[in-house]
Amino acid sequence: MSQIFHRSTNTLARVTIFGALFIVVGSLFAINEFTRSDYITHAFVAREQPVQFSHKHHVGDVGLDCRYCHTSVEKSASAGIPPTRICMNCHTQIWKDSPYLEPVRASYRTGKPIHWTRVHHLPDFVYFNHSIHVAKGVGCSTCHGRVDQMPLMMQVNSLQMEWCLDCHRNPERALRPKNEIFNTTWTAPSDQEERGKRLAKEYNIQARAVLESCSTCHR
Amino acid sequence: MAEPEPIMAEKEVLPIIVPGYTFATVTDKISAIVLTRKTPRGWYFGLAISFALFMCFLYAVSVLLIKGIGVWGVNIPVGWGFAIVNFVWWIGIGHAGTLISAILLLLKQDWRTSINRFAEAMTLFAVACAGVYPVLHLGRPWLAYWLFPYPNTMSIWPQFRSPLVWDVFAVSTYATVSLMFWFVGLIPDLATLRDRATGKVRKVIYGMLAMGWRGSARHWSRYETMYLLLAGLATPLVVSVHTVVSFDFAISILPGWHTTIFPPYFVAGAIYSGFAMVMTLSIPIRKFYHLEDFITMRHLQNMAKVMLATGLIVAYGYSMEIFMGLLYSGNPHERFQMLNRMTGPYGIFYGALILCNILTPQLMWMRKVRNSVGALFVISIIVNIGMWLERFVIVVVSLHRDFLPSSWGMYSPTRFDWLTYVGTIGLFLTLLFLFLRFLPAISIFEIRTMLPAAEIKEKH
Repeated sequence: MSQIFHRSTNTLARVTIFGALFIVVGSLFAINEFTRSDYITHAFVAREQPVQFSHKHHVGDVGLDCRYCHTSVEKSASAGIPPTRICMNCHTQIWKDSPYLEPVRASYRTGKPIHWTRVHHLPDFVYFNHSIHVAKGVGCSTCHGRVDQMPLMMQVNSLQMEWCLDCHRNPERALRPKNEIFNTTWTAPSDQEERGKRLAKEYNIQARAVLESCSTCHR
Repeated sequence: MAEPEPIMAEKEVLPIIVPGYTFATVTDKISAIVLTRKTPRGWYFGLAISFALFMCFLYAVSVLLIKGIGVWGVNIPVGWGFAIVNFVWWIGIGHAGTLISAILLLLKQDWRTSINRFAEAMTLFAVACAGVYPVLHLGRPWLAYWLFPYPNTMSIWPQFRSPLVWDVFAVSTYATVSLMFWFVGLIPDLATLRDRATGKVRKVIYGMLAMGWRGSARHWSRYETMYLLLAGLATPLVVSVHTVVSFDFAISILPGWHTTIFPPYFVAGAIYSGFAMVMTLSIPIRKFYHLEDFITMRHLQNMAKVMLATGLIVAYGYSMEIFMGLLYSGNPHERFQMLNRMTGPYGIFYGALILCNILTPQLMWMRKVRNSVGALFVISIIVNIGMWLERFVIVVVSLHRDFLPSSWGMYSPTRFDWLTYVGTIGLFLTLLFLFLRFLPAISIFEIRTMLPAAEIKEKH
């Protein structure tokens, strides 16, 4: 009887067994990386806006406080998108004829709000509240990054649930004193661990079980 | 020394294989079904019907995926309807295959060799049917992978304290080990088919599946070690899988579910229904493929005896439930649950269950019944129905009236429930027909070791 398979099939069989392991492990690794990639999370992707508004200029160069525009950040769930009138507080005086600002003036004339492109978008099934984070010592730059260096706004974190939980499980790492909340250049001091614990006590941060309970965010 | 007096009069022991076969004729007879014999018309007919039923399944599942779980009859209070009833039923059926292949192997019950191959195939197909249900029942089946603990972007793990998660592991382990066991058992026979096949395609396909088996002494030595190891691995699964399935119920606090007797009683029920299914399948198979010489009356009688034994354990379970519910527990909810089971709106199901599972099988005490193929076939089907009813009574009847009369309700399956159920029977039969046509339904090499010729060699 003649052989059905060539001698090389033996080697091939061994290689496939070995290869299959690598393919399985490799693709699991690839999927794992892909689901966290910027392609999926849209982190570090600068979004075009209807007006060429630069946080770098307004925060970094001019030195505006976050709350000048995002007025409701300390009081409500949403930080608030400034109405056109806030822009016009200054821009009726400076750069008042700049062609770049025409959409802003148009909005002011017609009373139709500017359609900003949303950058930080959480799913609808997540209840997120800005005011509680600010009140409990989480600064803006912890989540939003160095906006004073961003000509166009972009996300610097994944906004995935593991990212939320990472902080909810260890809030001490991010806590700042009250006067540092809106400081975009704040970095954790070397003794943050100790300070964080003290601040957590001071702010009455809830127990971990509460912070990571499902219904804290999914209500 | 004088021979001890035989306690019982020597009975005529039926043979496991009808005498007169040689190594060659055994191989010829079994491999011919796959290789040379013309595919019988009945096979096409059977496959066509099974496949049509299977299409019902695809239809029902498509509607379910498009419209959602509302097409089923489940709702509060009966959140677990046909899906869970059928899941437990199918998983239970699978258990006989594992028992036959693993435990009977370790106990050196030679008679298993004639039926283990298709009993194992039956296990696999039953597990496939069973596995479909909990996944569909999730509501969003496309997220079924959430059941597995993997490093996800949500940074959460499945609830390991929930028996439903244990189920995932129990059933997937069971499916994997059963598949391995079945395939390893097939390898020497696949090599036989490869060697006997005519035509390039068949040779290559069987050749690849045989994985280079040459039948050398070293191959056999390793093979037997491997097979025993797998049998050792599969043995605890016979007990553990249905134990875990029973935890789905027993861990809860619902009267009718919250019972410590559930694990052993579920395992016995599983083996009971599994043997009934093996019987239901083996009787037509041996008839249509003329395999009466290999699957003899001895096998049918042994299976009948196993069914009698496990059926009595199940009967004990039922009596304990009644005893605990009505007399011993002193708990009004338990008592009500038991009375509701017997006399409530679903009382007829309980009556039918007792009739099918407890009373009818007692006929098998009679030798005349055990010797009648027709009677065994009918009884095995009745037991299959009875075991399905048992799961229906446990799942639906316990749920529909719980502690609060204000939250009572009734359950009735919709046509999509029925189509899904009938559909999985179609899936099961389709796979079975394909298996019968393309793989040796009886283990050739193990039957060969049963021949007198093999025995002489061992005793030299």
